Amino acid sequence: MAKRSIIPFGPQHPVLPEPVHLDLILEDETVVEAVPSIGFVHRGLETLVKKRDYKQYVYIAERVCGICSCGHGLGYCQAVEEVMGIEIPDRAKYLRTIWMEMSRIHSHLLWLGLLADAMGFESLFMESWRMREKILDLFDKTTGGRIIHSINQIGGVQKDMTTPMLLDILHVIEDLTAELKPIVETFLHDYTVQSRLKDVGILSREDAVTMGAVGPMLRASGEPYDARLLGYAAYKDLSMEPIISTGCDSYARCEVRLKELFQSFELIREAIGKIPNGPVNVPVKGNPSGEYFLRIEQPRGEAIYYVKGNGTKFLDRFRLRTPTTSNIPPMAEMLKGCQLADVPLLILTIDPCISCTER
Amino acid sequence: MKKVSKSPWLLHYDASSCNGCDIEVLDCLTPRYDIERFGIINTGDPFQADILLITGGVNSQTESVVQQLYSQMPDPKVVIAVGICACTGGVFKECYNIKGGIDTVIPVDVYVPGCAARPEAIIDGVLEGLKVLDEKQAEMEKQKGGKRNG
Repeated sequence: MAKRSIIPFGPQHPVLPEPVHLDLILEDETVVEAVPSIGFVHRGLETLVKKRDYKQYVYIAERVCGICSCGHGLGYCQAVEEVMGIEIPDRAKYLRTIWMEMSRIHSHLLWLGLLADAMGFESLFMESWRMREKILDLFDKTTGGRIIHSINQIGGVQKDMTTPMLLDILHVIEDLTAELKPIVETFLHDYTVQSRLKDVGILSREDAVTMGAVGPMLRASGEPYDARLLGYAAYKDLSMEPIISTGCDSYARCEVRLKELFQSFELIREAIGKIPNGPVNVPVKGNPSGEYFLRIEQPRGEAIYYVKGNGTKFLDRFRLRTPTTSNIPPMAEMLKGCQLADVPLLILTIDPCISCTER
Repeated sequence: MKKVSKSPWLLHYDASSCNGCDIEVLDCLTPRYDIERFGIINTGDPFQADILLITGGVNSQTESVVQQLYSQMPDPKVVIAVGICACTGGVFKECYNIKGGIDTVIPVDVYVPGCAARPEAIIDGVLEGLKVLDEKQAEMEKQKGGKRNG
């Protein structure tokens, strides 16, 4: 029998922009077990609800993570609005949807770039990130921030988008649709990419469901579940089908995310076509009292928000379950039996967001 | 800045940042900002790095990692704190697990504020860091020379 050895992976590692640590137990080159340990980015953010009032906390919620910032703001605001029984204007719902989909595009392009970089495909990495800049420019133009937007507020959104801004978004999306075609071609049909991704990191549909995988990870195992179907914000007025793939491997995860880019383009086009006129926020009076559970679809998968108010301006509890938290057990399962050289790539395919996970 | 005296290699570490500054640091490497035109490369190896770029405040878990990375880097070295969390602790200052800015653990040479710090600011910070690196280099050579003469 081969000798067992343990290789530490992380927390500072070239492939990871974020610190996570894994103990890889190997038999020769094959991983037998992977033991994740986390806590490098833990800040104790949830306890800040005791120090910031519920309106100020929006800014903290957005800083749970810099990549999913828009979604966390939306999730928190929506949960507090439900507790307080506030009905936000329709235009605000549409605007939230548009920003949310833009953040999905930027997140997926970022992931594609990192994946290409992990494979050593430098030009593909640069190309993906070049396209992502266009979306960041749109964020800069419409919200005033590239990464942290601070656009959601309790009772709606802070700023309205003018018609030229909306037209600008449509133009950029049109450009991106054309520019993305060669990249999609490379990701899906290039020999090098295929040899790195195909049949690597198999996660069967049963495993994905029982271990609680979420988001593109779950959909790439063939389970058609997408929290956007719940119809929060303006999603109930828009037509969408969850994108699935039955490949169950890393290639399928890449395929699902690529197709979701085009789905997001369609959703934005439809939302801009249907957006009603009117105010973008309503005044908020009083303090939240009661509790609420809410699910939304972040770029990385389903996130759960829990808010409990006690009638004062400070909340009792804010709790967040992030997509990466639920994707780590399937990842540990996936790593069993893979080659050591595939480990960085496999960790990337779950699109880990450690900052969200540890808060 | 008239000329760049050295092509420094960067080491980036996320102490406990929200990712915002991290992806802006990565953004500096991509075609829009392209920090490589100054000869700057992002390396993953502390033994080959001249500049340590840290994002996020220090928490109890990352404290030892930051110290270790700093001690592994060869002299002269420069530490740049990117983002308001790395400078002072930022919005997370009152969190129970945050010690404060990077300067509570290791000496910091350049502070880049912002939430998230914009790529332009980060590039500016790195170039400022280069000046400090030059000064440290000159200081080191002076000391060396002094010993040789004496």
